Amino acid sequence: MKLDRAFVYGLTACILLVSAPHAAYMPIWVSTLCTILLTWRLYLNFTAAALPPRWLLLGTTSGGIAGILITFHTLFGREAGVALLILLSSFKLLELRSKRDATVLIYLATFIIITNFFNSQSIPTALYMLVTLLVIIATWVQMNTGTLALKPRIHIAASLLLQAIPLTLLLFILFPRIQGPLWGMPQSNYSRSGLSDSMSPGSLSNLSLSQEVAFRVDFEGTPPPREMMYWRGPVLWDFDGIAWTRGNRVLSKIPQLDNLASAIDYIVTLEPHNKLWLFTLDIPTGISIPYNMTDDFQVQARESVSSRIRYKAHSQLGYRANAEELPYQLKRALTLPGNLNPQARKLAAEWRQSLPGDEAIIRTAITRYNRENFVYTLEPPLLGINGIDEFLFETHQGFCEHYASSFVFLMRAAGIPARVVTGYQGGEYNQEGGYSIVRQSDAHAWAEVWLDQRGWIRIDPTAAIAPERVQNGLSAAVPDSPALPFLARTQTRWLLKFRLNLDLLNHQWNQWVLGYNTERQFAFLRRMGMDDVTWQKMAINLMIGVGILLGLIALVLLRKLYTKQTDKTQVLYLKFCKKMAKVGLLRAAHEGPQSFAARAVQSKPQLAEGINEITSHYLAIRYVSLQQKERLSALRKAVAAFRV
Amino acid sequence: MKPYPYPNHLDNVLSTFKQKFRSWLFRQQVSSGTITLNQRRIFILPTRRGLGFVLVLLLMLLGDINYNLSLGYVLTFLLATTAAMTMFHAFRNMAQLEIHAGHNATVFAGDKASFNFHFHNTSKLTRYQLNLRDHNGHNSLFDLPAFSNSKIELSIPAIRRGWLDCGPLTLSTEFPLGLFYAWSYLHFDTRCLIYPHPAESIPLPLSTAQDGSGKIATPGDEDFAGLRNYVAGDALQRIAWKSLARDQGLQVKQFSTLQGQELWLDWTLPDHAAGERKLEILTRWVLDADSQGLRYGLRIPGQEIAPTHGALHQEVCLQALALYPLGTA
Repeated sequence: MKLDRAFVYGLTACILLVSAPHAAYMPIWVSTLCTILLTWRLYLNFTAAALPPRWLLLGTTSGGIAGILITFHTLFGREAGVALLILLSSFKLLELRSKRDATVLIYLATFIIITNFFNSQSIPTALYMLVTLLVIIATWVQMNTGTLALKPRIHIAASLLLQAIPLTLLLFILFPRIQGPLWGMPQSNYSRSGLSDSMSPGSLSNLSLSQEVAFRVDFEGTPPPREMMYWRGPVLWDFDGIAWTRGNRVLSKIPQLDNLASAIDYIVTLEPHNKLWLFTLDIPTGISIPYNMTDDFQVQARESVSSRIRYKAHSQLGYRANAEELPYQLKRALTLPGNLNPQARKLAAEWRQSLPGDEAIIRTAITRYNRENFVYTLEPPLLGINGIDEFLFETHQGFCEHYASSFVFLMRAAGIPARVVTGYQGGEYNQEGGYSIVRQSDAHAWAEVWLDQRGWIRIDPTAAIAPERVQNGLSAAVPDSPALPFLARTQTRWLLKFRLNLDLLNHQWNQWVLGYNTERQFAFLRRMGMDDVTWQKMAINLMIGVGILLGLIALVLLRKLYTKQTDKTQVLYLKFCKKMAKVGLLRAAHEGPQSFAARAVQSKPQLAEGINEITSHYLAIRYVSLQQKERLSALRKAVAAFRV
Repeated sequence: MKPYPYPNHLDNVLSTFKQKFRSWLFRQQVSSGTITLNQRRIFILPTRRGLGFVLVLLLMLLGDINYNLSLGYVLTFLLATTAAMTMFHAFRNMAQLEIHAGHNATVFAGDKASFNFHFHNTSKLTRYQLNLRDHNGHNSLFDLPAFSNSKIELSIPAIRRGWLDCGPLTLSTEFPLGLFYAWSYLHFDTRCLIYPHPAESIPLPLSTAQDGSGKIATPGDEDFAGLRNYVAGDALQRIAWKSLARDQGLQVKQFSTLQGQELWLDWTLPDHAAGERKLEILTRWVLDADSQGLRYGLRIPGQEIAPTHGALHQEVCLQALALYPLGTA
């Protein structure tokens, strides 16, 4: 069977649509090869030339498979599998001979759509999926409608999809969700932006350029003031002169907290960052998913966060942390590398000698940042090996990592145990949705010092030099510069509102569509009034729901079988007769329109004009074939205007 | 080769049962009137392609579960539901069609008999790609527009003379996606008369006509006898169009009856031929005699058709030949 030319165009469009989103993720040679194959097929179809011989296809296909094997070293991994599928479907287009081949291609196309969700599951992706499905089904339909034009086929495809929506929704809500994975899935090794477990000059300011969402927070009750929102991430202890690292945690003691005050509960929806840590407000006391708490109050997940997760967290804004610290840890918090940064060491030593105590030293250090015209900037000058000296005494320009790093260095040099804490600070409150958005541009670093009896205390030197950063965010603290990410800049009101609404939409999408897992399913069903949710109950409800919906849809679909052709002229004329019946003039069954009109005019001469007009229009439509449309609308007007 | 490893008697019982079940389920009655396709007449089963698609959907579901693809679930459910819905569409594509058999034109053996069926689509739905086929693989593929009456032809080769029964037919569709096959059995008591295959040209047996010569009824021989008023059933050729044009009403030309000798096409005339061959030769003669405008009669064992001429006469003769029971002759 020779396939219709329009049908081949349709199939090519299907393959093109489903593979296009992969182009960015495929090895360049796969994308190029597929483009060539598709173009070739289109050319062959256009010129109605014969398909390439089988041996040539077999040769090139094996070449393609070998290429994938060389590039990925396997045929079965996620990336390799997708590349293979796309390549094979492009080749299949070139040996499209029968209806069976076409069916295989359509099935392949539907399957390739799903692989796109590895890369993105956003709302635009979902819309794109719908468009692709529409094209696929419109093409698919062609196998069973012969030479139907594109428009009616699209119509059939669209109505098929629309009719499927109610049942799809029901299945989505009630179909039992099994928590994957069923088999080990290879970790994808593409990195995601986010905090790393080390901090060196430039690492945070680079991150600050990203407007990606790090996580979103729904507060229960009123959110705390912005300057209290310190989202605790990795705590860094070890300094090698350039970078701060977490170091090896050799011992772990249960963290101590007392004097707790200002409890706060909130729900965090964390974007995947492929690391262990979970962000919580300073200071966390517990979260709703399995976690480990280190003795420096880092909350860590059991497995690295590779997909979006949601957890409830509890924090205390007022606290006393580890008032008794292990000597080993205190020693760690005082260690400085070699003899770098001599000027800073000298300054700290002077402070230690001249000032009465730890608190005075801290205060002096903070006021020094204020006094010496330090600048808070996203684009600080590059620093050498004695970076802290250069920053403190020469350049005076830095981002939060410079301030935190130099402050902790000074403290340690002065004999006060100190460490760097990284995380996020603040967040944008979305009034439309009542939650806060924390972006990568909110990444921050601050310091913690340990004081006898008082434990670890948070000191944020950035707050001293640029209090707006802590109170109002990055855009308030650094001058409007092109380096600043677009979203972090101040914006007009409607733009802001639009942006917040868009984010709300994404947030809801993430929660209700993408984050709809076993746990959420059960919670949702409980809220819908299904008490003690079980699999059996869900299955029964699912079946009942499917049954009812199928019945309703069948009713709607089959009703169309019985809609009879309506004769508009007849309907209008009958309306006229009905009006006449109101004044006692019933048209007898044997009475033609003309004789009825004559009788009516005789008994109701005041209506003669209307009766005659309507009757003449009616007769003209029935017996004169010209100007049917005009006459029909004239009849409609006349009947509407007719008053008895 | 037995399909199932059952003991023999069980196999028998089972096949009998199966047959009975089938004949009960698909009970067909030969219909002489209009068949309306209702839910009792329409059967639906998934096609092989449909089962293949179920496999694809299961693979998708596995992927969704393993990789926690929420949007993947949406896609899988959407496709699954769409696929399931096509069952309704397949049903709807055939349901409530009204079908009756039409008049079938006679043909000669060796030609194709075309059976006519009238499909009445009373709904506003267009019916796509309906396939009407007999049990020997002859089929006809067609669409039916909304609110339409369509005549559908099914061509079946006419091999033998006599009545050709079109037998039980199947009307089926795989619209819209080919995942479900909906079908219905139709059995009409419609048949088509097949004339014998005319033999190659053989001269008419003019010399052997009873009185030695066939009377050739050329138009010149006919005497015009006048006009009379038209009566329903009068031949079209005889209408006096000129007098109609003169506003004298519809009138018919009358001729005086031909008095002359007739050509008899006798069963015994085609000697050296027997059985079907005889019938074929006679068929050829009937056709030739008619086209030459001769008055002829047909005499075959058990039947004698008096000589006359005209289309109706030819039909009568050919029918007699078509239905001649050779086996008993």
